[in-house]
Amino acid sequence: MLQDAFDNPGLMIVATGMAVGAAAALIGPFLVLRRNSMLSDAISHSIVFGIVTVWLLTGFASGPVQIAGAALTGVLTVFLTEALARSGRVKDDAAIGLVFPALFSAGVLLLNLYARDVHIDAHAVLLGEIGFVWLNTLEVAGYHVPQSLVWMGTMLAVNAGFVALFWKELKLATFDPVLAHAFGLRPRALFYGLLFLTSCTAVAAFDSVGAILFIAFVIVPPSTAYLLTDRPLTMVLLGVAMSAISSVAGYWLAVLWDVSIGGMMALMTGCFLAAAFLFGPRYGVIAGLRRRARQALENEARALVVHLMTHEKGAERHEENVAEALRTHLGWTRARSKAVLSRSLGLGLVLRKGNALSLTDQGRVEAEALLEPWRRGG
Amino acid sequence: MTIAEFLSDYTLQNVALGAAILGVVSGVLGSFAVLRQQSLVGDALSHAALPGVCLGFMVAGTRDLGAIMAGALLTGGLAALTILALTRLSRLKTDAAIGISLSVFFALGVVLLTVIQGSGGASQAGLETFLFGQAAAILRSDLWVMGGIMVAALAVVLALWKEFKLITFDPTFARTLGLPVTVLEVALTVMVALAVVVGLQMVGVVLMAAMVIAPAVAARQWTRRLEHMVVLSALIGMVSGVTGAVISALRRGLPTGPLIVLAASAIVLVSILFAPGRGVVWDALARARERRSLRGRQVLTTLLQLAREHGDPEYPAEQGMLDAYHRLGTRAVLDRLAARGLVTAAAHMPGEGGHWILTPTGQAEAQRLSAEIDGARG
Repeated sequence: MLQDAFDNPGLMIVATGMAVGAAAALIGPFLVLRRNSMLSDAISHSIVFGIVTVWLLTGFASGPVQIAGAALTGVLTVFLTEALARSGRVKDDAAIGLVFPALFSAGVLLLNLYARDVHIDAHAVLLGEIGFVWLNTLEVAGYHVPQSLVWMGTMLAVNAGFVALFWKELKLATFDPVLAHAFGLRPRALFYGLLFLTSCTAVAAFDSVGAILFIAFVIVPPSTAYLLTDRPLTMVLLGVAMSAISSVAGYWLAVLWDVSIGGMMALMTGCFLAAAFLFGPRYGVIAGLRRRARQALENEARALVVHLMTHEKGAERHEENVAEALRTHLGWTRARSKAVLSRSLGLGLVLRKGNALSLTDQGRVEAEALLEPWRRGG
Repeated sequence: MTIAEFLSDYTLQNVALGAAILGVVSGVLGSFAVLRQQSLVGDALSHAALPGVCLGFMVAGTRDLGAIMAGALLTGGLAALTILALTRLSRLKTDAAIGISLSVFFALGVVLLTVIQGSGGASQAGLETFLFGQAAAILRSDLWVMGGIMVAALAVVLALWKEFKLITFDPTFARTLGLPVTVLEVALTVMVALAVVVGLQMVGVVLMAAMVIAPAVAARQWTRRLEHMVVLSALIGMVSGVTGAVISALRRGLPTGPLIVLAASAIVLVSILFAPGRGVVWDALARARERRSLRGRQVLTTLLQLAREHGDPEYPAEQGMLDAYHRLGTRAVLDRLAARGLVTAAAHMPGEGGHWILTPTGQAEAQRLSAEIDGARG
């Protein structure tokens, strides 16, 4: 029964994709919030060197030895980058851009020199082979389970455990490292632990999505969630959910159009980001434009009540406090006048009788507050 | 193969010339990117060239370098715009915006690559060489295109030298002078995309970022003047380009990109360690020398104090006491002072440690130092 599920290639591909996405999206929020997203780029490139070295030394192409060994290269990259930046000779961003290409190049070169006919070729290094994850299986509790799924599932569990266990500490170290340090929480050690797990996850995900697409799973879903919420817990959960949906949708579209599965999954995370960027209810571009338009209109409604108040006692009020005056005296276009007037009426600031405009009680309060703010509350 | 044959080899000439052009362009344009702390934007632009390569191929229908370069420039520019839009119009920070742009554009490239493979035709095999570069695939006609871009890029840099220099070091001042800063900044970013495009065949999209960053960082170590830095960076780019390309042409199956990047990285390492005045090694040596001289002065004044306390200018101080007082082995320090004729070993009882006495010159020197210290205190 269960074995049928493990023998279903499509199901296994989607499950692996979801595991990659969820494991990466658990860690990603902390990198994005700490403004260290590009470390995931550095790590995922330079683990290639670690993978090849460990494979040449031990013969393990996957499994715990490979994951932990190759992940050390990821941590080494971060360490070298920090050392280079601390030396004061190189800026932070250039330091990242110097270390990982060197390690990545060394990895690719070793691959070309010693592993020409092995399954890890340069192409798979970059793009992964998620379409073939079901080929290599491992026996777990009597079932044949795809190897990639086993290791990705393990990493997912480890990451979830780490984040759950250190949730409070991670939050504090991310938002206020100085305070965390003062509490004796060792934010740097925590951060290095996080980066070690990032590296482990990158190595485990390497077979399925390769070195570069992994970056998309780490950075994009948490960034999307960041555009939608202010709460860290919501951010993590939303990121995980969006990764999972991207995997399913990506697989479906990839099969439909007969294109790269890993690429399509990563591309889907980008589609979610674009949607959140444009249509996000609070931080989206469109919401921002609408908010600004509404505020502009309300400001002009305030200008109108002040105008009405200034002239309501004088003899000129038959000329000033009429609908046409909005165009002739305040200089608004016809459409603008109409919009401001209907907004003011809607807000209950102004009354209209035929052409004549007068203030409601609420409108008078508003105008007084603007003209003579010192009286407010007095 | 003799050296004469080697030098007149047609492919090798092409490769070396192409690598030289690439080195000059990326060295010059990279200088500005690194100084403006835009190194990682270069990384994003180079990865984002992949979908452009595929689009160029799909439109032209063949492996036409002109179309491929135009496509790469287009998607590189779009990636730069995406970064700009994400940072300006949303709450995402630069690092996340760069990572998003890099990974999603690359994912799109991966998908397009499989679209091309799916549509058949043997010629598509050539596209994968754009991932890591393949110097041997360069044709004489390609060199004309690359050379044309080089001349155009250098002409723009020369014509706008003053402006580029100003917005690199002081964009605010440039704005107060009324310079179109945004236009110039966009121009510099587009030029980085140009450098990427030139390197497509040699280094490939994955590692092109390193060619933008490494020569500029190396050059920066040797000089403080922008003029010198740009020229030096071009030279370093050229040397690493030619070195890597020639080595990769010597043996079949050696990827050009990684070799060029490793050559450039080696030059960076040497520069950071040994550049005169700025090198880490000279710094460490100077610090060690300073530490030694400080210890010598400390021991000398201690001996003087002891002599004063005991009312005997030739008081023999015991080695063990000096060690305990300074909390380190002072033997080497005393030997160095003895060599300078400032102290001398005194006769002592067998079984006791060595004893040391200030010589007359040592007394004079110690008195001078102690007066200096009192002067600084007082």
